[in-house]
Amino acid sequence: MVELINEKGLRIDGRGVDELRPLRIEVGVLKNADGSSYIEMGKNKIVAAVYGPKEVHPKHLALPDRSVLRCRYHMAPFSVDVRKPPQPSRREIEISKVIREALEPALILEEYPRTAINIYLEVLQADGGSRCAGITASAVALADAGISMRDMVVACAAGKISGQVVIDLDDTEDKEGDADLPIAIMPNLNQVTLFQLDGIMAPEEFEKAFNMAVSACHQIYEVQREALIDKYFGKGEAGEE
Amino acid sequence: MSEVKRKYVTPGELIATGNYKPISNVIKVKDNFYAIKIGLAEISHEGIRVIPLSGPYIPKVDDLVIGKIVDYSAFSWEVDINSCFFAYLPAQSVFGRNFSPDRESLPERFSIGDLIYAKVVTYDRTRNPILSISGHGLGQIPKGEMVKIGPAKVPRLIGKKGSMIKTIESATNCRLIIGQNGIILIVGPPDGVLLATQAIRMVESEAHLASLVKDIQSLLSGSREV
Repeated sequence: MVELINEKGLRIDGRGVDELRPLRIEVGVLKNADGSSYIEMGKNKIVAAVYGPKEVHPKHLALPDRSVLRCRYHMAPFSVDVRKPPQPSRREIEISKVIREALEPALILEEYPRTAINIYLEVLQADGGSRCAGITASAVALADAGISMRDMVVACAAGKISGQVVIDLDDTEDKEGDADLPIAIMPNLNQVTLFQLDGIMAPEEFEKAFNMAVSACHQIYEVQREALIDKYFGKGEAGEE
Repeated sequence: MSEVKRKYVTPGELIATGNYKPISNVIKVKDNFYAIKIGLAEISHEGIRVIPLSGPYIPKVDDLVIGKIVDYSAFSWEVDINSCFFAYLPAQSVFGRNFSPDRESLPERFSIGDLIYAKVVTYDRTRNPILSISGHGLGQIPKGEMVKIGPAKVPRLIGKKGSMIKTIESATNCRLIIGQNGIILIVGPPDGVLLATQAIRMVESEAHLASLVKDIQSLLSGSREV
């Protein structure tokens, strides 16, 4: 059994229980995509690309009143320590669906009828919490593509390790820990768009974990916002039309 | 003129609270107004709007666009207008009401790959846009240099009552044909085309800055001396 929290109350990577991993977001990293972003959340490295809205192929999938959102979460073969076969696994297909459903409430898809919006997430290096980092990166890429959004979407996990509630679990904590609670929220509208729980928590632990995850999401939102502002406005005074 | 307040916003950001009229790219939740795109928010007595800095081209009726013929059928051409929708140019609007597919052949007029300057005559959410080339200056584009910019930046390139475009045109001796869909055609002498392309790229990268007009003028006058 691995000691996940030492006697000083620090986790295996030296973080406190309510401390996030180092986070960095970059906007517009891919020239050929309509919108893109790159996120580093601890050891996670993920590239997100958004294409669209564009015409739907095959055509029969098009919806007459709104755009079709499609998402592909993919882990590169070199993203984990044992080579991962490149074809989509059951887990990747599920996470793609989960990410799509976490982003859908934030997008105003009715503005682009009969079209498709494609999100591609490429995990270059994985270290636990990649679905959350993926959602955070996708939202930035969607904003970069100029797609109408009710709000940004931010995701972060909370969990229970060695009987204590912590946030932003890494791979070891996720595997060895007792519970994992990834959530995604729309920070300005205060709504939850993703809610999963793997493991067992007491009601009061759950409540604590949920609140910690929400406040972590708000911290991540500030980084998202700064990344976008930095790319689009840099320095300088607001101009006029 | 009443005062206009401006600020940078990202999607979901609260712009203002109170009794305003939402004009564009804004949603209202109770009394709060949130931006739905990244851009410049403007609060004035008319209401609140966000001028987007990125985004796809969504056709509007009466827009002038530059498109590329990608396909044709017996009755119409299919035109790529740099949007999420393909546009159609009906043969009737080119050959006249008496058009008959037996007499006239579409590829003889426009073949695949040709560029056209056209007007959007009808578009709504349920159907793809329909173009027309009847009008002064519309039709096939014979020559020129094509430059693509983000459709959201086109208004800035045109400027107030066409001021920006006039500045670039007179400094470079070129004629600029602007498609609302973000495709621009420059016609003129080679060095002028080069300079105009630089100016357009500058408009694209500095569209949100107040110093844009000054920067463009110094670019155009500086390079002219060289």
